[in-house]
Amino acid sequence: MDYFLELFLGGLTRGSIYALIALGYTMVYGIIELINFAHGEIYMIGAFTALIVISVLTMLGWNQLAILAIATLAAIVWSSAYGFTAEKVAYKPLRGAPRLSPLISAIGVSLFLQNYVLLAQTSDFLPFPNLIPDFKFLEPYEGIVRSTEIVIYVVTAAVLVILTVLIKFTKLGKAMRATAQDRDMAMLVGVNVDRVISFTFIVGSATAALGGVLIASHIGQINFYIGFIAGIKAFVAAVLGGIGSMPGAVLGSLVLGWTESFFTGYISSDYEDVFAFLFLVLILIFRPSGILGRANTDKV
Amino acid sequence: MNTIKELKKSFLIALWFMFLTFPIMVIKVNTVEQTIDWRWNRLAMVGIFSFFASWIWRYLLQRKEMGQKRAEESETPTLTFQQRVLQNPKFTRPALVVICIFAAIFPFYFSMYQVNIMTTALIYVILGLGLNIVVGLAGLLDLGYVAFYAVGAYSYALLNVHFGMGFWACLPIGAGLAMLFGIVLGFPVLRLRGDYLAIVTLGFGEIIRLILENWNEFSFGPSGIANIPRPGFFGIKMSIHQSLIYIYFIMVAMVIFTIFVVRRLQDSRIGRAWIALREDEVACQATGIDKTKTKLSAFALGATWAGMGGVVFAAKTTFINPASFTIWESIMILCIVVLGGMGSIVGVIFGAGILILLPEYLRAFSEYRMLMFAAALVLMMVFRPHGIISAVRRTYQFEGSPEKKASS
Amino acid sequence: MESVLDIKQLTMDFGGLRALDHIDLDVKAGEIAALIGPNGAGKTTFFNCVTGIYKPTEGDMFICPPGKKRERINGLKPNQVTEKGMARTFQNIRLFQNMTVLENVMMGRHCRMRAGIPGAILRNRATREEEQRVVEESYAILKKIGLAEFVNEFAKNLPYGAQRRLEIARAMATEPFLLLLDEPAAGMNNQETKELDELILRIRSEEKISILLIEHDMKLVMSLSDRIFVMDYGRKIAQGTPEEIKNNPAVIKAYLGEDIDA
Ligand SMILES: Nc1ncnc2c1ncn2[C@@H]1O[C@H](COP(=O)(O)OP(=O)(O)OP(=O)(O)O)[C@@H](O)[C@H]1O
Ligand SMILES: [Mg+2]
Repeated sequence: MDYFLELFLGGLTRGSIYALIALGYTMVYGIIELINFAHGEIYMIGAFTALIVISVLTMLGWNQLAILAIATLAAIVWSSAYGFTAEKVAYKPLRGAPRLSPLISAIGVSLFLQNYVLLAQTSDFLPFPNLIPDFKFLEPYEGIVRSTEIVIYVVTAAVLVILTVLIKFTKLGKAMRATAQDRDMAMLVGVNVDRVISFTFIVGSATAALGGVLIASHIGQINFYIGFIAGIKAFVAAVLGGIGSMPGAVLGSLVLGWTESFFTGYISSDYEDVFAFLFLVLILIFRPSGILGRANTDKV
Repeated sequence: MNTIKELKKSFLIALWFMFLTFPIMVIKVNTVEQTIDWRWNRLAMVGIFSFFASWIWRYLLQRKEMGQKRAEESETPTLTFQQRVLQNPKFTRPALVVICIFAAIFPFYFSMYQVNIMTTALIYVILGLGLNIVVGLAGLLDLGYVAFYAVGAYSYALLNVHFGMGFWACLPIGAGLAMLFGIVLGFPVLRLRGDYLAIVTLGFGEIIRLILENWNEFSFGPSGIANIPRPGFFGIKMSIHQSLIYIYFIMVAMVIFTIFVVRRLQDSRIGRAWIALREDEVACQATGIDKTKTKLSAFALGATWAGMGGVVFAAKTTFINPASFTIWESIMILCIVVLGGMGSIVGVIFGAGILILLPEYLRAFSEYRMLMFAAALVLMMVFRPHGIISAVRRTYQFEGSPEKKASS
Repeated sequence: MESVLDIKQLTMDFGGLRALDHIDLDVKAGEIAALIGPNGAGKTTFFNCVTGIYKPTEGDMFICPPGKKRERINGLKPNQVTEKGMARTFQNIRLFQNMTVLENVMMGRHCRMRAGIPGAILRNRATREEEQRVVEESYAILKKIGLAEFVNEFAKNLPYGAQRRLEIARAMATEPFLLLLDEPAAGMNNQETKELDELILRIRSEEKISILLIEHDMKLVMSLSDRIFVMDYGRKIAQGTPEEIKNNPAVIKAYLGEDIDA
């Protein structure tokens, strides 16, 4: 039973982390129907920025919690800036181009950011300090759940709530929904589509940055390549939940997290990644609209 | 032009990029010695570079827009200078002769090292031409192309290890198996929309690599398979040098064969259907083209060529392991197709040349090679989506044709 | 007269929206029929269902090609429908933009050709002959439609009216017995519309092709059609000869709106 609980919580952690990345995928896809291959790299950049800030401030001897707060903030700011810039440089000029073009461009951005970090920083794995303090109330559960994991659950839930409120109730959210439904129509009724798209990238990137900091704290090391697999898996999760749907992204992430966790725990850990990909292939073939997505007939 | 305004714009963009790249470019923490390396000079470099780059960027964007307008206004399709040159037999014939002579004497005048690199480049040429059928002609973004390359390579290696089969027997088998894989994998996924297809093929590519890595009994795992024999020539024993030259010529022959086949396919009923599919799927179906069958044929043919490439690769390196078949290999081949020119044979050859040979000869830049290719992918998509050399559609000659010419 | 197309109780739902509501419609051999109705009435959706692009929620669709047996076409893929002899054009022009005009028409011939991959590579006699024949036939179609001057242009470089006609040429190349035209005159000037009128009549008389067209240009519809079907909000509200339709109060109401209720 303990083992089950351990796997369950492990799956929940994985799922929550995937969710933070998957939300960005799903939002961007919802608005401009682009699989933003570079999204995983934005998350990686968030983690790197945080690490750099943490290292500098630690040497200056700052208080741990203050460091954590500032590092997280920096990660969010810079990740958003990268997301924003990538959109302006690599995707915006391609609106209206054939569908393949922005996709290839996104692959280019992904590859570029990886190599940029590789060259500007290092190819080695860097240790990432865990600055999240141990919570007192968790002491009886030691070995089952760590405080980092609790923070991950809470942050993911909070992000989902905030984003839902943002999209349901704010003016910008309304503009986002309008743009997602029909971009030309939205433009006609006076929505500033460029701004909505930029905003979507910023929010998605900020969420990914949060994910980056949390995962790095949880796993304890980062390198320039962490964005790739995480990005793909988050994408699987987003598709699984029904791409374009935010609750779907979270649900899909949790389902993927748990299945992975139980699969590796009870069956085999060799084929962990094979499993995720197989999952993806099967969903796309049998239920391309995902768990919460609606099957749409493309308008002709 | 309003120079002051442009200056200000570029200045602001430069500031933005300096801010953007600040943490990652400037600060480098040495965690062991607990020191921080502030690399301010880089900040200045980023500033200056982005100042000028943004200027050029805007200029190019403007030019592109103007070009589009001009193309819309003019009645006749304007051929670019480069297209005119490539279509002019006065230029192409002598060029072809020179290339043939060069290819024939190359291995006898250059070192073994050079021959080896050239052979690698030629392998990429056929991989590129194969992927070009899938991506360039049929418009299916296949990010798992390397899987078929792996199937070819492993077919030869395993058949050789277990049954002692030789290169020439394995070449068609490897190609055939890759085609079979293409059909089996393609059948379920080709119904998917373009972008999903990209991800699923990427997934398949990784699945195959991970299986090769983990299934030790079958594939010998990460340590791979060594001592794969080089191709034989009627049982004659050859020195390494000789067999490298031999492989080189095999590759030259294969490239010629590939060009021959791809050219004919392009100008056939099937080739037209591929291009139509790329242009508009719905219209294509409504015009009576079987979408699934057409896509599958492109996918399978592309896979076949990857399989052939794989067999030669195994024979050339005599050692393979899963590390040679990562997603980056797929992306590299994609770069060749995209940079060279989707749908254009000359373009793909050119692309392979640039991507494989250039880094070899510009060692100083080899560190930056992936960075530059990545940037090139984006720049290409933004400014020159048809690649360096764009494909030209053929015109047909027939009775009463308005521009009937002597040559065809 | 035998109906070449016979649609019974065709219904199409998009989520909660019923775009087609139990539509009955038939086209007789040699007839020019028109499908009209206000924007969003469901006309294009009707075409999409009939040609297999959408899967209708309910209803039966039959075709009866001249000289062949009547057959049900529910569940056929678009290309199969085309092979059976129904060809269409699109409201929002869907040409193969980066292919030449001639190639666009040759694409229409695709389903009547046989050459496979081995044929393409070996380029044997049969393939070569087939290819040559198709080139010439396609050129003949272009001449008939009046596009011969553009043969080697890219489709995207054609003037608008010519693009619409090229769509018709491509559809004709599939050797249909029934042509479905979705707003063929949209965006055309008076002169072009007049030429289109003649072209459609010629297609019927010379090629023995029946025609069902969607059109907003009432003058064109009234002068061309033998029978007219009127749709509004997914329902068929009237059918009959041009004369009958002109005087049908339900039609007038649908077109002029509720507020001018007489
Ligand atoms: N794929 C689809 N998904 C959802 N709704 C659709 C789809 N296709 C059509 N509709 C809806 O069905 C209704 C009928 O549309 P349709 O295009 O058939 O109208 P139409 O009669 O052709 O109008 P128009 O004269 O403007 O072309 C519209 O409300 C449209 O929004
Ligand atoms: Mg319509």
